[in-house]
Amino acid sequence: MSELDVLKELESMRMAGLEALAKVENEDALQAWRTAFLGRSAPVMQVFQKLGSYAAEERKEIGQAANEVKVALEGAYAERLSELKERATAAALASESLDVTLPGRPVVQGRLHPDTQMLRELFSVFGEMGFQVYRSREVETDEFNFQLLNFPVGHPARDMQDTYFIEAGERGDNPILLRTHTSPGQIHAMQEAAATNPTNPPPVRIVLPGMAYRYEQTDARHETQFDQIEGLAVGPGITFTNLKATLSDLARRLFGENVRTRFRASYFPFTEPSAEFDIECFLCGGKGCPVCGGGWLEIGGCGMVHPNVLRNGGYDPERYSGFAFGLGPQRIAMLRYGINDIRYFWENDLRFLEQF
Amino acid sequence: MLAPLSWIREFVDSGLTVAEIAHLLTMAGMEVEGVQIIGLPMPEPGTVDTKVSGLAWDREKIVVAEIYEVMPHPNADRLVLCRLYDGHEEHIVLTGAPNLFEYKGKGPLSEPLKVAYAKEGATLYDGHQPGWVLTTLKKTKIRGVDSDSMVCSEKELGISEEHEGILFLDMDCDPGTPLADVLGDAVFDIKLLPSYARCASMVGLAREIGAMTGNLLKRPAPPIMPPEGKADFAKISINDPQLNPRFVLGLIRDVKIGPSPELIRRRLKMAGIRAINNIVDATNYVMLEIGQPLHAFDYDVLRERAHGGKVHIITRSASKGEVLTTLDGVERKLDETTVLVCDEAGALSIAGVMGGGESEVTDATKSVLLEGAAWNMINIRRTAKAQNLPSEASYRFSRGVHPSMCDKGVSRALELMAEWSGGRVAAGLVDEYPLPPVSPLIEITTHDVKRWLGISIPADEIAALLSRLEFKVELSGDAIRALTPDHRLDIEEGVAGKAELIEEVARVYGYDNIPEARMADLLPPQKSNIELEKDERVRDLLVAAGLQEVINYRWTTPERESRLNPPGAEPDDRPYVKIANPLAYEKTFLRHSVMASVIDTAERNARNRARLALFEIGPVFLHGEEPGLPEEKKHLAIVLAGQREISGWQAADTAAMDFFDLKGVLEELLNGLRLPDVHFEAGRHPAFHPGKCARIMVGGKQVGSFGELHPQVRSRYDWPATFKAPVLAADVDIDALYPLIPALFQTTDTPTFPPVLEDLAIVVDEKAPAAEIAKLIKQTGGKLLTDVRLFDLFRSEQIGAGKKSLAYSLTYQAPDRTLKDEEVKQLRGKIIRRLEQELGAKLRS
Ligand SMILES: [Zn+2]
Repeated sequence: MSELDVLKELESMRMAGLEALAKVENEDALQAWRTAFLGRSAPVMQVFQKLGSYAAEERKEIGQAANEVKVALEGAYAERLSELKERATAAALASESLDVTLPGRPVVQGRLHPDTQMLRELFSVFGEMGFQVYRSREVETDEFNFQLLNFPVGHPARDMQDTYFIEAGERGDNPILLRTHTSPGQIHAMQEAAATNPTNPPPVRIVLPGMAYRYEQTDARHETQFDQIEGLAVGPGITFTNLKATLSDLARRLFGENVRTRFRASYFPFTEPSAEFDIECFLCGGKGCPVCGGGWLEIGGCGMVHPNVLRNGGYDPERYSGFAFGLGPQRIAMLRYGINDIRYFWENDLRFLEQF
Repeated sequence: MLAPLSWIREFVDSGLTVAEIAHLLTMAGMEVEGVQIIGLPMPEPGTVDTKVSGLAWDREKIVVAEIYEVMPHPNADRLVLCRLYDGHEEHIVLTGAPNLFEYKGKGPLSEPLKVAYAKEGATLYDGHQPGWVLTTLKKTKIRGVDSDSMVCSEKELGISEEHEGILFLDMDCDPGTPLADVLGDAVFDIKLLPSYARCASMVGLAREIGAMTGNLLKRPAPPIMPPEGKADFAKISINDPQLNPRFVLGLIRDVKIGPSPELIRRRLKMAGIRAINNIVDATNYVMLEIGQPLHAFDYDVLRERAHGGKVHIITRSASKGEVLTTLDGVERKLDETTVLVCDEAGALSIAGVMGGGESEVTDATKSVLLEGAAWNMINIRRTAKAQNLPSEASYRFSRGVHPSMCDKGVSRALELMAEWSGGRVAAGLVDEYPLPPVSPLIEITTHDVKRWLGISIPADEIAALLSRLEFKVELSGDAIRALTPDHRLDIEEGVAGKAELIEEVARVYGYDNIPEARMADLLPPQKSNIELEKDERVRDLLVAAGLQEVINYRWTTPERESRLNPPGAEPDDRPYVKIANPLAYEKTFLRHSVMASVIDTAERNARNRARLALFEIGPVFLHGEEPGLPEEKKHLAIVLAGQREISGWQAADTAAMDFFDLKGVLEELLNGLRLPDVHFEAGRHPAFHPGKCARIMVGGKQVGSFGELHPQVRSRYDWPATFKAPVLAADVDIDALYPLIPALFQTTDTPTFPPVLEDLAIVVDEKAPAAEIAKLIKQTGGKLLTDVRLFDLFRSEQIGAGKKSLAYSLTYQAPDRTLKDEEVKQLRGKIIRRLEQELGAKLRS
């Protein structure tokens, strides 16, 4: 064959190879194609084997041309191979696809009681402000629940805290009772701290969480057993401005950076001056709604520790001052999560608890 | 306390709106819990920071009108037709008001009757429906007469509950005037805290408003003057001035009992007090006006009791068993703490709380002896509580009414009685005043104010703030000396008084005007709170194990808790901590057992959940030997019952949880608390199945027990019929457990050399406890045997009766090298020989 004939033939080999390759639809066929067009006995390979029969000039040109055809077929092969692989993968994936809208496998999940969750949040916020947790007993004496907190025997302020008494024999003016607030802990804590250095008692900065009890009929807003957290800061330079800052900081942490707070005059026997602490209603933005009434939500009571209480705790009111406040973790949770009945908390219906 | 705006305004010109007054009072410590609008325009939403209710009267449609003639209805006896003029035109209006009947058919009236007239389209309250239902006047025909307008009752206007007749206006006003301009009002509902007793009157509230706004208080005009002359109509003996520091009597003769003026009646009603007659109304009016409760006696009854002698009023404590019938008709047994107002013939009234029936003012009364007294607030509070007699008088007396008010109250009421009843006031007052209180004189400095409030206020400004509340102040340098005014009892002597004065400074200064400043004081010594940290750790571990925390009421009943004791078991005879004044039997006893609480919780939830996994940490209450403060012991209780997994659409393990589910939770918990030397022993507990009960031992000490509820115990609870699973429960004594928890724990290195894993199956006697076998294997394997795990347990005929087969997977590992086969083989041999020797175990091939 003339050189020209060979070159023509090579071109038709290339065409035939590519044409056949285009019809290959799976990897088996691809291997067969490869054997046919690039295998040892493939026409292109034959050309290489016969190269020796051409003159040097012709040999070079034919060799080059044959090589070009071989490279082209090899390239086409590789391309086709990866194409087929991709197609196979896609087909496999398509066959494995799930109905992703089916429900997930149920997980057995444990949960903390919402009150514990609320308390943990409060402990953390107060902890960052330096308040440590102090807990004390739930059954108390009249002395610690009332008298040392400046509620004298028979004082009308006691009407604000109707009391459950415990049967404990005749004890005169010092009956045993269920604490009506966590404030007896204020006296315990101050007395303990003062005992460490009676002449120069150390400062106190604590929160007092726990159950308290009021003798009243229950309804959606009132419980006879409820949770309280009080705060107490005593030191040589504690002022009303500090009280305002502490509670406003708390409100901003709990209810959002822009929440407005207000302090209005009030009365508690164990603080002087006393205040109620309100936040602007975050449900209606302060416009007034069924929850808040007039745009403000009562969060708790507070004030400067009464001089008599400081003295009863072992702190000289002429040298020390302090502030105290009381909040209801349940009330805060109720406001934040739209809980309509305070009795849900200790009824422990899982349909309620599992929402937290 | 209910306070009408118009009445407050009689004593102070503040120029403030309803919303502003509500805000001011609330901020100053007298929380306004609601405002009821009576006719005035409704404040814009969002402008009043309290609840607003009530009705605004349309200025065009509800106006003053004059009735010229009341005519009979042609075909209805109980209806009349009024010819009236509304300022523009005449109308014939149909009404059934009984208080118009006396004018019926009398022809044109000599003096027209001024009434409230509502035209078509006006919105009013429906007088015929209970409660407050709004209705709008529409054109209708009643008994053949067109009726699109009406003359109104107080109820229809929202002034009071009164719907017996229509309202007559007794003020000077022209027909056509919008009614709101004449009668429009607002009533503040104010919550008065115990220290605000001085504000329980219109003058008291006006004084505060005046102080906060810098306006002077207008006094009741003319100023209250006692009747001139020397009194000789009675004498007074006070047995105990501590209980009765002052007692004042006044007398008015020739009174004609009748209704009080309309304005007075309306004001009393708006303030929540029933109008009765001109004498009783005068006592109530003065109480609301200036705060001094008064009591009126029929003087002639007292004269009769004195058999013509001088009326002698004696105040004394009741004798034991003494009885008095109060004017509500109730015969009351009194005790020795009750203070009585008596004459020589016996008791007349319970001091400061309620009068007696015999000497009360009646329609026949001619002369009235008027009492204005001061009482000990603690004593009055006790009596009012003991007799369950809360009254307007005891409300004030039990919070403290200053004795200086007694004569003012009596004089003012005599003045009003004379005006309203035509009586003649007798000369003088009888005034017994054995114990005048000392008005505290308190000194504060600018330094005190700065130290307490954190702000610097100049001394003259402090003085000015206090004088607005009527303190008499004197300045010397940085010090302010303030004399307490004689209407308040809430300022004490000494350092307490200082704080109270600082509160007054802060209130008038305005809490809002005091800035915020974060604490600059040093932090106290920081201490760990180990008990709290452990509580939280226990909670976290149990939550991670899939349990739900619960928190129960501390109340229980012995019956509820004794369900845990099956018949025949020893009863729990430890005395309960018991409430002396329970609200209900279910709220009488404090619990002995947290476990009982949590089982109760499980019982309640079994209806709604197929899987129950609950725990609680909380106190139990145990009386010690002596009555007194009980011990509060902290316990942890866990209850598991029902499905192991929650079923979904895929396969799940829905078998009932058993003893070993609970044991697994406990093992995780104790392991998570890093407790060393934990083991479990078969135990006995009355609540548990005798063969499915274990004691939890830590370091040789029992810290709790757990098991499956005894079938006889389980059946005492009300489980739904579909809930058949065993109930597993644990009770852990937290106080015993926590001290055993090590402060720190040590980790082991992650192994770098490969382990050798092997199985070992043996057959042993049924009686050999699994814990013993594992212990033997571990002991023998020593340090190189790093893990022993039981993975199979079975019994079969093939291995023989009374035998069981246990299969363990053993992990051998050295920290510093790869173990040689030879070493492992030797160890395995040792272990097998030990098991054979000590337990008679046979290797299973
Ligand atoms: Zn709101």
